[in-house]
Amino acid sequence: MLTNRFLAMLDARGRIFLGVILAAIVLVPILNLVVPTGSSLHVPTWLVSLMGKYLCYAILALALDLVWGYAGILSLGHGAFFALGGYAMGMYLMRQIGARGVYANPILPDFMVFLNWKELPWFWHGFDMFPFAMLMVLLAPGLLAFVFGWFAFRSRVTGVYLSIITQALTYAMLLAFFRNDMGFGGNNGLTDFKDILGYPVQSDMTRLVLFLLTLLALALCYILARAIVTSKAGKVLVAVRDAESRTRFLGFRVEHYKLFVFTLSAMMAGLAGALYVPQVGIINPSEFQPGNSIEVVIWVAVGGRGTLVGAAIGAILVNLAKTTFTTGALAPYWLFALGALFVLTTLYMPKGVIGTFAEWREKRREKAVLAANASTTPAE
Amino acid sequence: MGAGNVPGRHPEREIDMPTFRFPSDRGALVAAARLLLILSLLLPLGLTGARAGALDDAAALFAADSFSDTAKAIDLVAGADAPHADAILEALADRRLFVSADKKLVFKDKAGAAIDALTGKKLAAEPAGLASVRINNRLRSAINNAVGQMTLQSPDAAKRHAAALAVYKSRDAASEDGLRAASRVEKDAGIKTVQQLALAAIIATAPGKPDIDRLTAIEVLKDQGDRDALTPLNLVPAEAGQGVKDAAKAAVAEINNRLALWSGVQNAWYGVSLGSVLLLAAIGLAITFGVMGIINMAHGEMVMIGAYVTFVIQEVIRQNYPGLFDYSLALAIPASFVVAGVIGIAIERLVIRHLYGRPLETLLATWGISLILQQAVRTIFGPTNREVGAPSFMSGSFKLGLLDITYGRVWIVVFALAVFLAVLALLRFTPMGLQMRAVTQNRRMAASMGIRTARIDALTFGLGSGIAGLAGVALSQIDNVSPNLGQSYIIDSFMVVVFGGVGNLWGTLVAALSLGIANKFLEPFAGAVLGKIALLVFIILFIQKRPRGLFALKGRAIES
Repeated sequence: MLTNRFLAMLDARGRIFLGVILAAIVLVPILNLVVPTGSSLHVPTWLVSLMGKYLCYAILALALDLVWGYAGILSLGHGAFFALGGYAMGMYLMRQIGARGVYANPILPDFMVFLNWKELPWFWHGFDMFPFAMLMVLLAPGLLAFVFGWFAFRSRVTGVYLSIITQALTYAMLLAFFRNDMGFGGNNGLTDFKDILGYPVQSDMTRLVLFLLTLLALALCYILARAIVTSKAGKVLVAVRDAESRTRFLGFRVEHYKLFVFTLSAMMAGLAGALYVPQVGIINPSEFQPGNSIEVVIWVAVGGRGTLVGAAIGAILVNLAKTTFTTGALAPYWLFALGALFVLTTLYMPKGVIGTFAEWREKRREKAVLAANASTTPAE
Repeated sequence: MGAGNVPGRHPEREIDMPTFRFPSDRGALVAAARLLLILSLLLPLGLTGARAGALDDAAALFAADSFSDTAKAIDLVAGADAPHADAILEALADRRLFVSADKKLVFKDKAGAAIDALTGKKLAAEPAGLASVRINNRLRSAINNAVGQMTLQSPDAAKRHAAALAVYKSRDAASEDGLRAASRVEKDAGIKTVQQLALAAIIATAPGKPDIDRLTAIEVLKDQGDRDALTPLNLVPAEAGQGVKDAAKAAVAEINNRLALWSGVQNAWYGVSLGSVLLLAAIGLAITFGVMGIINMAHGEMVMIGAYVTFVIQEVIRQNYPGLFDYSLALAIPASFVVAGVIGIAIERLVIRHLYGRPLETLLATWGISLILQQAVRTIFGPTNREVGAPSFMSGSFKLGLLDITYGRVWIVVFALAVFLAVLALLRFTPMGLQMRAVTQNRRMAASMGIRTARIDALTFGLGSGIAGLAGVALSQIDNVSPNLGQSYIIDSFMVVVFGGVGNLWGTLVAALSLGIANKFLEPFAGAVLGKIALLVFIILFIQKRPRGLFALKGRAIES
């Protein structure tokens, strides 16, 4: 019964998406561990890590699609939530280094010793415990989003105004985290991680497990997001997106719905950041750059706004393109390509890859139906 | 002559160093002999000869190469009053003063050419066996003092001013008589003030002055003194009477008050200056946002293009018509307006036109455009900073009270206000402005009245971009001209527009100036970064209270 309900919640697209994720969960470890290194089917660990990174972006894009695609909130500050989750994870990893740092201080991370700090700032306490750190991964971005959203949605800040203040938010965070006095490593951020839950961060096995966890997280986030958008609340959100004032006049407390989905989305973004940090080995304030957050929007736009699956696919596609571009001779042209992607997607593919594909299939089906009708009913 | 009076000025040194007698006396004799000889031969040149005599003695002393002799020689040179005496001392300080193998005094100018120290004439060839005259730190300060005294009455006003200032800071009691003499003949009021201050500083701090003189001196320091007057006031010697000490304390308090006031004025001025830059960057954005309701993320890149147009024009002028360099900005203003405006119209026609009614998509598309423009400029001009020079009328500064104001900043404030007024007039008094206002207030009604809104949109976008180009001309004077120039201003400009409210240029003006001033007043307390964060948070909160900015348009046309 529960399975039935679960399957009913998913459309064909979602089933394929989850199927692909399931296949990857099974296949990638086999290809990485069992298939010999020389084989063309072997998946090297660096590729696993790279894919893991993309998948984190995919979760972030999914989170953004939830607010932008379904509630019409164009957040240009989701990078801030992502980075906050990343910092929470980074703080845990920093505490795990213990006395193995350059200055061999069992409590203080290296940068604090370097800054001549004598004791741990209050907000660093507890981060040596993994469960607490995981809680913070969700709570820190969630709380920020909640407070921010509570103010913004209650006073009905919408449209470009909201976009601009979310951008101001991430910009302010960028400036703040650059400061050494903040106690987050300033310019250099947090890095030189040693191990996570006792397993060395650099080892192949840890990387593989992190990749699998990211896949799992993506699947769970997708299912959660899907559950929300197919629920009654999801319908209200779409109504808010399409006609906010009317929804309000119908008696819905628009700001509550928006606040709920915004906070949830920020938590998802935080989770993505937390999975991202151990895989790339560093978190620094540049993650807060407004440009990064805008790039997330284009992933969603390329994949298809309001499709969830599209957001994830868009994130992977664009980043794949970015890696190919920036590692080759074409590196100087990447920004041209990215810029053109922004312009062309908004101009010619407002529904993104998924939406355009669906439209095309729809048209073909219609044509087929028309053709069938034409052939069954010959000239009268 | 010189040899006679210089030792008299420093009797205490004489006593310390009895060995001095011999070379000094011999020098005096030689000088006297030469004086007589030359006087008898050529009267008009006699004076020069006497000076050269002092230099001769100095040369002998320098040749002795002991620090005490060198100190003596420095005084001699200072007293010699030869036109190149300061050059000699400067050379000495820089270790460019040499004694040749045949005991001639030679110095090299900064380019390395050898000059005869006696005549000040260039030597054809560098003499053999040059040995540099050694100096130590005590001599260095002696040199500075000597140069200071020598220049107190220099015919060059700037040198006199600098010399008086130097004494003001050093409070060297030995300069007192020199200062008095200089002050008596000084015509320039500004320099005279500095001389009086220097004199007062000496009297207030030197030992053995009567209390009544000290009180007058403290009065002078209190009335006209700046930060530098605090030091002498705090250094009033213990021997002075209680009244003097109290007066000094009161004077310090008053000067501190005045300094606080002036630092407030200074913050306000810096704030206005920053505000005018924000205003320039934001006007264009305010217009496009107000009329078309779209956020142009490529606005910063228009500013950047304006700066690069200025750079190109300056390069062309520098290479082809160097004489016209001062007019380069005058040429750059229309050129950057046109270039940025045309690019703006092209963007509107090619991209934005298709996205009306979808402001969020427009935001993304213009962000894409901004990436393309940035990369294009990076490809053409390279990623490094480009140098844009300031024309002569924009360099330099003047003093207003205790404030140093650079002309460049003044011009930018003037320029920003001029652009603001011009745009205001354009909106108010031209048909195009009328139509633009109509579209801002009610697009559909305006269209019904026969206004071609599409054309107005294109022109508006062109105008906004052109103004951004003008901002680029101004920014090229105060910021690095690099492909990233625009990005550093875009968020600030958004804040200004959002804070000021849409569709009202006065709102933009008030917002730009108040944000600029608030920023500069926060900086001393919170530091630059925290101040900025505080402002961003303030604006985020402000938007909650007044979602449409300070000066919002009234009516329902704005409900989108």
